Amino acid sequence: MAKDAVGYALTGLNKMASSTLLDRLGLRRLVERVAYSLTRTGFRVITTSARTFSSGKKLDKPERLTAPGHTTDLFDLNITDEQQMIRDSVKGFAQEVLRPRGEEADAAQRTSDETLSAALELGLNFFAVPESLGGAASERSPVTTMLVAEDLGWGDMGQAVAILSPMGVANALTQWGSADQQARYLPAFAGDEPPKAAIAVTEAQLMFDPMALSTMAVRKGDSYVLNGAKAMVPLAAEAELFLIAAQTEDGPAVFIVEGGTDGLSAGDDPAMGVRASGQRPLILENVTVSAAQRLGTDDFDYRKFVDLGSLAWCALAVGNCQAVLDYVVPYCNERKAFGEPISYRQAVAFLIADMAIEVDAMRMLVWRAVSRAEQGKDFKREAHMARTLCKEKAMKIGTDGVQLLGGHGFTHEYPVERWYRDLRAVGVMFSGLHL
Amino acid sequence: MNFDLPKKIKPLVNNAHQVALSVFRPISRKYDRAEHEYPKELDMLASVLDGMNDGDPTSSAGASQTGKGRGKDTGTGVKNGANMTTCLGALELCYGDVGLLLSMPRQGLGNAAIAAVANDEQLERFKGKWAAMAITEPGAGSDSAAIRTTAKEDGDHYVLNGEKIYVTSGERADCVVVWASLDLALGRAAIKSFVVEWGTPGMELARLEKKLGIRASDTAAINFNDCRVPKENLLGNPEVDVAKGFAGVMETFDNTRPLVACFALGCAKAALDRTRELLAEHVKLDYEKPIGNVSAVEAELYTMEAEWEAAYLLTVKAAWMADNRIANSVEASISKAKAGRVGNYITLRCVELCGALGYTETELLEKWARDSKILDIFEGTQQIQLLIIARRLLGLSSRELK
Repeated sequence: MAKDAVGYALTGLNKMASSTLLDRLGLRRLVERVAYSLTRTGFRVITTSARTFSSGKKLDKPERLTAPGHTTDLFDLNITDEQQMIRDSVKGFAQEVLRPRGEEADAAQRTSDETLSAALELGLNFFAVPESLGGAASERSPVTTMLVAEDLGWGDMGQAVAILSPMGVANALTQWGSADQQARYLPAFAGDEPPKAAIAVTEAQLMFDPMALSTMAVRKGDSYVLNGAKAMVPLAAEAELFLIAAQTEDGPAVFIVEGGTDGLSAGDDPAMGVRASGQRPLILENVTVSAAQRLGTDDFDYRKFVDLGSLAWCALAVGNCQAVLDYVVPYCNERKAFGEPISYRQAVAFLIADMAIEVDAMRMLVWRAVSRAEQGKDFKREAHMARTLCKEKAMKIGTDGVQLLGGHGFTHEYPVERWYRDLRAVGVMFSGLHL
Repeated sequence: MNFDLPKKIKPLVNNAHQVALSVFRPISRKYDRAEHEYPKELDMLASVLDGMNDGDPTSSAGASQTGKGRGKDTGTGVKNGANMTTCLGALELCYGDVGLLLSMPRQGLGNAAIAAVANDEQLERFKGKWAAMAITEPGAGSDSAAIRTTAKEDGDHYVLNGEKIYVTSGERADCVVVWASLDLALGRAAIKSFVVEWGTPGMELARLEKKLGIRASDTAAINFNDCRVPKENLLGNPEVDVAKGFAGVMETFDNTRPLVACFALGCAKAALDRTRELLAEHVKLDYEKPIGNVSAVEAELYTMEAEWEAAYLLTVKAAWMADNRIANSVEASISKAKAGRVGNYITLRCVELCGALGYTETELLEKWARDSKILDIFEGTQQIQLLIIARRLLGLSSRELK
C-alpha cells in the first residue's frame, strides 16, 4: 500500500518529534514502533568462538554408516526394541524437563544450560557420531532421530529445536562430510562438552525457495566469500559451528563456518514461536572460508540435505500435535458448561476426533518419507507431501487446541497458546535441522 | 519400519489394475446409464476371481477373504495377509468402477461377514454362495441398535419379520445376511445375523432404488414376512450375552471399514489421475518447488495428492493391524473417516478443476464425483466414525457422548 495523506502527515510529525502532539493524538506507540523497525537491524552480537576444532586422527575416506538392515520387504509399522527404549527415555525427559520449563524458556528466548546438559545425559549426540570418531553409532538411522524429534516436540518445540540443532549438524557431517571435515569436527560432538551448532538455510525472503538462495558464495582462489542473511537460525548467538547454505555459480551449496569467523554476526528478530530455540538472524558480511569448507564430496545431495531438515520440523509438529490432543482430552472431560463436561457435545468431540485422524495422517506421511530416506530410496516426493500435509493439519490442530480451551487457551496459564505459535513454524521453515 | 508394499502383493495389485482398465472402465458409463440392468460382463470375471481365491488367498481381490486369522500363518513375525491384499485389490478395482465392484458375484459384504464370524461348518456350507448384507431399515440407519426386524425361535427355525432397505446386490445375490433381534427388550446384545437364502418363503423383493451414483450396483429393499430360517444359519454365538453386547456383530466392521476406505481411495485416484492427464499441458509438477510458490491449480493437485496418500497409509495401517491381530477398531474408523471425506473432496474438486469438461458425461469425472458420496455414508457415515473415535479417545459411553 502506498503512503497516503495520513502517512505523509505522520512522517512529518515524526520529523518534528513533537512529543506533546504525539501524546495528544495517542500515536506515540505507533511512531515508536516505526522507529524500532528502522533500527532493529542495527542490533548485532558477534557469534561465539570458544574452541579450536582440530583433527585428532586422519580418515582415509569419509565414514559412511549403513542404514539398519531390513530382513523382509513387508509393510511394517513396528519400531525396534532399541528405538522403543530410546523413545521411552526421551518421552520421560520431555515430560519431566521440557514440558514444565516450556513457558519459562519461551519467555527467556533461550533454552537453559541446565536443560541442555540434562538433554546431554540422554546420550543422543553419541548416536550421531560414528564409532571410529569417538561416538557410539554403528549405523545411521534417520528414523531414530525422527522418533526422538517427535517425542521432544511432544514436550516443547522451542527447546526441542535447541537440543536437536547440534545433533542435526553432527548428522549432516556424518552423512555428507568429507574425510577431513569429519575428522576435524565430529569428534567434538562425542566429547564431554559437545559444541552448540546450527544449520542455516531459510532466509527472510518473500516466496523463499531453498533451491534459489539470496545468500551468495563467490569463489575467490582457494576460498569462498559469503554474503547475505539467514533467518531463524537456532542458537545463532551461541553456536560454535554453522552449516550455512549459499548460492554458488554451480547451484546451492552448504559451507562449514566456525563461530567467531570475521564478518559473521547474529542479529535480533524475535519470532512468533519456537522462541526457546534461541533463534536469530545470521548475517554474513564478506565471510571468507577455505574451499575445503564446502560440505561434502561427490555424493552430496543438497535436496536431500534440505528435505531431511524439513522432515525434522514435520516430526516435531507430529509430536507437538499429539501433545495438543493429549492435553485437550482431559481438559474437555473436566471442563463443565451447562451442567455437563463439554466433551459430551459433538461440536467439541468431533474436533478432537479430527485431531486424532489428522495427527496420525501426518505421522504416516512423515514416517514413510523418513523410512524411505533411511533405506536409501528416493524421497523427494514423499517429503514434499509430508510437509504439505503437516503445515496445514498442524496449524488446524494448533488453532483448534486454543479454541477448545476458549478464553483459557488464549492465556499463558495454559500451554496451548504457545503450541499455536510454535506450530506455525512448520509451514515457514526449510531445513535448519537434519535427521 | 517399512512403508513399501512387498513384492508378493504386486502381481495381485497389477491384476486388479488390469481388470479395472480392461473390464470395468469400458462398461462404466454403459451401466451408469442403464441402472438396474445386470452387468453380464462380470460373470466371466467372477469365475476368474473364484479361481484365484481357491488357488491362493493372498492373490485374491475379493471381500470373501477378509477376516481375522484366516490367512496362512507363517510363524511369529510380521504379516502382510488377507486383509491387506483384499484392501489393495479392491482399491485397484474401484479405480475402474466402484459400482461394478459392488456388483461382483460372490464378493459381497455378506461374504465378508460370513468370512469374519461363521463357524467351519457354515463356511463350508455357504462356500461359493454370493451373500448380500441387510442391516439398514427405514427406521434404523446408522443406529443399528434400533433394528426392529425380529427373529423368533420356533422349533429348529428362526422366524424373521421386518423390512430391510439398502441391500447392495440384494436381488442378485444367492443369499442375504440379515441382522435381526432375538428379543427387542434386550437391546443390542440380542441382535444376531442370519443367512437367508433366496427362495425361502416369506422373503420378498419390495423394490430397487434409483440412486445418485454407483448405479451399476443394485440396491434392494427386501421384506420378511414369517420367513422361516434354519437355526444353523445364525452366524456366531446364538446366546444373548448382555455384557458383551454388540461386539460380536460389530467386529465385522473392523475388517470392512478399511475395505470401504479403499473403495473411496480407488475412486478418488481415478479422478486425480485423469485430472492430471487433462491438465498436463497447463501444469508442471515439480516436487522441488515450495508449494507456496506454484500456481493455484498446481497447489491444489499437490494438496489432493498429499491428502490421498495420508488416507491411503492410514487405511493400509488399519488393514495391517487386522492382519497382525492388533485391535484396530479406532484405526478402522479413522481410515474410513479420512478416506471417505478425502475421496469425496478430491472427486468433487477434480470436476471443478476441469470445468465443463469435468461436469459433462464425456468424461467419467462427474460420475466418480457422484459415486464417491456413498462411500462417506455406507459402512458407517463420517459422523458415526467421528463418534466412535471420539468416544474411545475421551473414554465416554454412547449415553454420555450421544
